[in-house]
Order: sequence, then C-alpha cells, then structure tokens
Amino acid sequence: MKDFISHKVNTIPPSGIRQFFDLIATMEGVVSLGVGEPDFVTPWHIREAAVYAIERGYTSYTSNAGSPQLREAISKRLYYDYNLTYSQEDEILVTVGVSEALDLILRAIINPGDEIIIPEPCYVSYKSCTILAGGVPVIIPTMDTGFKVTPDQIETAISPKTKALLISYPSNPTGTALNRDELIGISKVIKKHNLLVISDEIYGLLTYDQPFTSIASLPGMRDRTILLDGFSKAYAMTGWRVGYAAGHKDIISAMCKIHQYSMLCASIVSQMAAVEALKNGKAQMEKMRDEYNRRRRLIVNGFNRIGLDCFMPEGAFYAFPSITSTGLSSEDFAEKLLFEEKVAVVPGNVFGDCGSGYIRCSYATSLENIEEALVRIQRFVGRGN
Amino acid sequence: MDTKDREILEILEKDAKIPLAKIALMIALDEEDVKSRVENLEKKEIILQYKTIIDWEKTDEEKVYAFIEVRVIPKKNTGFDAIAKRIYNFPEVHSMYLMAGDYDFAVVVEGKSMKELAYFVAEKLSPLPHIQSTGTHFLLKKYKLDGKIIEEETMDKRLAMTL
Repeated sequence: MKDFISHKVNTIPPSGIRQFFDLIATMEGVVSLGVGEPDFVTPWHIREAAVYAIERGYTSYTSNAGSPQLREAISKRLYYDYNLTYSQEDEILVTVGVSEALDLILRAIINPGDEIIIPEPCYVSYKSCTILAGGVPVIIPTMDTGFKVTPDQIETAISPKTKALLISYPSNPTGTALNRDELIGISKVIKKHNLLVISDEIYGLLTYDQPFTSIASLPGMRDRTILLDGFSKAYAMTGWRVGYAAGHKDIISAMCKIHQYSMLCASIVSQMAAVEALKNGKAQMEKMRDEYNRRRRLIVNGFNRIGLDCFMPEGAFYAFPSITSTGLSSEDFAEKLLFEEKVAVVPGNVFGDCGSGYIRCSYATSLENIEEALVRIQRFVGRGN
Repeated sequence: MDTKDREILEILEKDAKIPLAKIALMIALDEEDVKSRVENLEKKEIILQYKTIIDWEKTDEEKVYAFIEVRVIPKKNTGFDAIAKRIYNFPEVHSMYLMAGDYDFAVVVEGKSMKELAYFVAEKLSPLPHIQSTGTHFLLKKYKLDGKIIEEETMDKRLAMTL
C-alpha cells in the first residue's frame, strides 16, 4: 500500500527511537530517566474542577478559539507574568496542546519553500512539522555555543526565503534557557530582517535561577512573536491536551482558520480544568517547581561525580550530560545501559545530530529513582564499556 | 528564617531521615551551613521532634483512637490554657487543639481498646473541674495522616519513554 502515501510524508524519516521505546516497555525493573512529562499527577483541585464540569453537563463544543473564560484567564496570566497585553477576543487561540499550535502556525505562515530557522538540539516535531507544512527547516547546531542560539548564528542562517525563527527555551532536551540580554540580541536580528519568531514557551514557568523572559515582551517584538504555551508541564496536565497561541490578530485568525476545520476546538472538560489551573493553581505549581529544582541539583551533581560532564540546566526538567568520556556513541550508551543496568535514557542525537555525545535524562521522577539510576549509571561507567 | 530555612523544613517534614549532605545538594548550600541551620531550627523549637508515621493497622498492636469534643467554662485569669494543661498531661491524650465554634477543645485520645478509652473519658476527663460536657467519637478508619494518604495509589501511569 506504500504507493498511496504522499511524497511529503515519505520524506519524513521513520522514527528510529520507536523500537528502543518498544523494547523498554517490555522490560521489567527499568528505572526510567526517559519520560518527558511530570511525574506528578495533575493537582487535585484541577481534576476536581473537571469532574464537576462533567457532572454539570459541560460536554459540548466550545467556540473555535476556545471558551471565553479560558481566553480571559490566559490573557490575564500573560499580562501579570510578562506584562503582555493580548485581547481575549481575537489574539488568543486555545489549541489541543502546544503541538497543535505549532502545526497551525507553521501551516498558517509557510508558502512552499519558505525557510524556518531551527536551533538544534530541539524537540523532535519542529523539523518534521516544518516539512509537512511545505517549509524548509534550516538547522543551527548549538553545541559549540552552550546550546544557546546566538544572533550571529541566526544572521548567518538567514536567506531571502527565511520566514521565521522557531525557538524553545528552556529547551527540551538540554534545559538551557536564554536570559533577557541574550533574547534582546536575537530580537534585533529578527527586527532587522523583518522576520517572525515562533516561541514555544511550554517550559517557561519551569525556570529556576532567574525569572523567565518571553521574547514577545521585548521592545517591538509582540507582533512579531507567536507565543505558544500550555498547561502540560508546569501544571502536570500532559494528558489533558490543552495549550494556546497568543499573537497578532492577523496571525491568530489565520491559525484559527485551520484549527476550525481540523480540530474544531479543544476538549471543553480540559478547558475548564485549565481555567481552574490558571485561577487557583499557582501555589501547587510552585511547589512542583521547587521539587524539580532540588532534583535538578542532585542529578547534575551526581553526573559530574560519576565523571559524566554535566552543565547546570536553567529550566525544564532535563539534564543533558556528555557521555563522550566513555568513548561510546549516544545510542550505544543508551542501549548498553538499558541492557546491562536497566536504566532508560534518551540518546541526545534523537533531538538533532549535534546532540551526539550527550544523553537526555529527565528528572521528572522521584528522588529515589534518580538516586537508584545514578548508582546504576556509576556502576556502568565504572566498568568502562 | 529565610527561604533556605523554609526549604529545609519542607524537606525534613517529608523525610526526617534524609542525610544533611543530600539536603545541602538539593538546596545548593554547604553541608556545614545546613547543619547549623537545622541546629538553630531545633534550638528555636521550630523543629519540635523527628517522628515516624506508622500504619498500626498493619501490625498486631491494638490501637483505638477517639476524637473528643470538650466544652469548658474557662477559668478566670488563666483562661483555657490552664484547663488544657490538666487534660493534655494525660498520656492517653495524643493531640489536642483549642477550637473556635461549638466546643472548646478537640482532644484525640489513644488507647488499646474502646473500654480503656471509655474509662478515660468517664473517670479522668469528665470529672475535671470546669468541664461542662464531652462528646466522644471513635475513629473507624484513617485516610490521611499528617499530609500522608494512607492507601495512596502510587502506580506510575506514564509511558516509560516519551520525548
């Protein structure tokens, strides 16, 4: 049946890591540092709000853009946290997670052959979604600049076909964040070349050492930025599938055009849960963040002690230690570690070629698991594979 | 008390057995610093005691708890505290609170049998001076204790790997 598949889809390489995942699922006693979602269950008051919504019969569609209550709550949160003003009427779109929002924005702005600049390593969908939208991903490897994209690198990557820069800081998989000054440097290049920025800020609230800056809040950047965020990571709501985009009304309305014919709207139950998260979820969210912060210091110290060089990530819940001292490739390291010590980690090159020599280790798991994993990894490294 | 002290307290409240070196790593302080902070918190009696939460139901020990509402007529000058002292000094009293509302003290008592607790209420508690009335409620089941859910479902429902 392969003849029926479109050329475009055929150009997307099959995900090699899938087999590795399937293998882990069949094994017992695995300590996993491979999970890209919080180990916390959604706070009870949010779950309770959803149950109550169902009880009261909230089972219908909402408007395409999302329920007015949620859009209002999002508008307020962006104002309080970043001093950004977005009209709930036409500048906010509620989506089925940031994943949908990302697909929408790429499809809304790309003409065939348009280029999207993507710093790597990055979340796995960026490149493929760009290709599926008819665009051309232009990759910037960032391993030599501390996994932070620089204005110079962007300047070099820009061509007459460049449409947008797609960034996500704090980063999955590296945990690096960009501070205000670094973002200002980038914003100057963006303005100079009249480009857009797609900013995936799903880990924005999980920043530890200094407050998060949204690039949209920098001078002259609000209308050039499509801010994507959601509830999955900070509020431990991955399974609810609810996120949003905020930006200039022309762009939001273009995204909504696609959204209304494809997704129609996000689940009303999830939207009502999200309203509760924004209204009353701050204290519990901060508690979870404090907990991640403690684990972060513990796991980074652990890797360095073992002899796997690891920088201190500023956000998200991933550590990205180098495994080059072992002489193994990322994939061999991950596979051998799984078979010999039953610890699951993700090879860094899954997130782009320049992630080679690193592994992504999620600390969204209990302290006990982190410590057990470190003991096993130390044993593994000590054997000198 | 600063945020580091608060963090130390939060960590210890969840796990009193955690080594100080580990706390030091978790909150980015020297071990010596953590040690002196903990000593200070102990000295100031902010940390009162290091305790263990035990599910006695799983042992052979017989333990019965009752929750007693106590109404009193407060003493002149010394008020509630003097009466409270005469109650909480009994070893049967597990915990005790002064309440706002329908009654004055909430007293949780612990014993080996209902008979033993009934005896305590009838013979020790009720006859005390200034006590107006008591209402005894026996505890049937513990669901949550000091922030810990007793029969907590801990299964990780996530996939072992996600990107």
